[in-house]
Amino acid sequence: MNMLQKLFPNIDDWGEIGRACIDTLLMLGGSLVLTILIGLPLGVLLYLTGKGQLRPMPKLYAITSLLVNILRSVPFIILMIVLMPVTYFLVGTKLGIRGAIPPLVIGAAPFFARLVETALREVQQGVIEASQAMGASLWQIVRHVLLPEARGGIFASITVTAIALVGYTAMGGAIGSGGLGDLAYRYGYLSYKSDYMLVTVALLIVLVQLLQMLGDRIVTRYKQR
Amino acid sequence: MIRFVDVHKSYRVDGRDIPALQPFSLDIADGEVFGIIGLSGAGKSTLIRLINLLERPSGGAIFVGDTEMTALAELALRAQRRRIGMIFQHFNLLASQTVADNVAFPMRLAGERDAAVLRARVDELLARVGLTAHADKYPSQLSGGQKQRVGIARALANRPSILLCDEATSALDPQTTASVLELLAEINRELKLTIVLITHEMDVVRRVCDRVAVLDAGVIVERGAVADVFLHPQHATTRRFVNEALPEEAASELAPFAQVPGRILRLSFRGDTTLTPALGRVARETGIDFNILAGRIDRIKDLPYGQLTLAMQGAGVDAAMAALREAGIEIEELSR
Repeated sequence: MNMLQKLFPNIDDWGEIGRACIDTLLMLGGSLVLTILIGLPLGVLLYLTGKGQLRPMPKLYAITSLLVNILRSVPFIILMIVLMPVTYFLVGTKLGIRGAIPPLVIGAAPFFARLVETALREVQQGVIEASQAMGASLWQIVRHVLLPEARGGIFASITVTAIALVGYTAMGGAIGSGGLGDLAYRYGYLSYKSDYMLVTVALLIVLVQLLQMLGDRIVTRYKQR
Repeated sequence: MIRFVDVHKSYRVDGRDIPALQPFSLDIADGEVFGIIGLSGAGKSTLIRLINLLERPSGGAIFVGDTEMTALAELALRAQRRRIGMIFQHFNLLASQTVADNVAFPMRLAGERDAAVLRARVDELLARVGLTAHADKYPSQLSGGQKQRVGIARALANRPSILLCDEATSALDPQTTASVLELLAEINRELKLTIVLITHEMDVVRRVCDRVAVLDAGVIVERGAVADVFLHPQHATTRRFVNEALPEEAASELAPFAQVPGRILRLSFRGDTTLTPALGRVARETGIDFNILAGRIDRIKDLPYGQLTLAMQGAGVDAAMAALREAGIEIEELSR
């Protein structure tokens, strides 16, 4: 403990850092699950309605695509502020973990959807044609061909999205969502306690590294079968 | 029976209609192996995909049995497609599924849920294509020939009456090609399955097909029994395909025999006449002399045939030709 005190003189409550860690993980977990639930169908929709695909619908594709691009081009910090009324409407607060999740999901789901669209396009056209020749319905093709065949790419997309979400949660700290970013911002930046900054950044690096390793493992397991 | 009635197909590219298949009619009988040969871009992939409506015709009607495929709604079409198996040049197996699951896939799509039923049928199919030991492997662990066997097992899963083969052996080496063709011929014999195959190799047609249609730039330029088309090609494209299959014959038609005296004749023997010693007998009887320039004996599917290119001289050449024709040998005089 002495050692820690010597290295990080300003940190008097390690429990706070622990709670911030848990908050970050909760925000990440909650928003990742919702991002996948919304982004995956959206990605499938983008893929199916695209030009030359299974259900080409140029207008629907153009509208979805535009919406996705708009949400992706707004910097996350701005998106959070703009979305505050929506957030309040959805979860009844603009603060804390609950307040952070709606903007995180709205920011990340379009990004994830694009990655899913790209992963689905990697599926061999011939395999889709073969299943059509076997009399598969559109739903059967999505469920039993596209998603399983693209699962390596989809897991890679989930990994990339999770890491982007870690960055977003840290930004959320600036407007009061809690977690490691909040800690780094309040103590490290506003109060010049740079040891707080150091510890939180180190923890974020470890988190990102763990996510990447886990993601890579899953991807290697499913790819190149 | 598969029937095409006044079918044509064109693609719309940049607002213009590009014709892929000129209007044609074609009947394919139950239980036969029908080959469609053509160069790439001739329209053969389009033609085979018209049968299960992976491609829709721009006009005309297509019948499979009594069903007018072109008149079916989505749901009925999917039900019909289950009765038509298809295999592909690049196999198109599900990389994420084991061999057994790939073979079970069409049955699952058709709604079969009973694991025991699936397992039994998969075992039976894998035994037929000789892959019993590979049931739990993934496609990436198999060779090309093995992948195509999985493709065949999968195509047979729902007990189809028709099997469509889209360049099924084009990605395989000659030995593997031979074994896959043998398997197709066996399936055709034992299951009484109608097989329609497209290829750019005359050798594939010669080995397994009963009848063939030659496709050239969207037009069927020649069709008939393989032996007729193979031994007496009429159209230039057909001749090119035949000559590719018989390189030595192709050479024999040209210059090297300019110095050889006599009339150059090509004799074709088919079936039983291949095995009778007619030429020697006729030579003795008519006193002609002959010089063999080129020759071969082979099989067209199950029919043995021979071709012999001769330079024939002597007073009795015309009599000899008549006698040979009498013996059932076809003769063609080649111009120098």
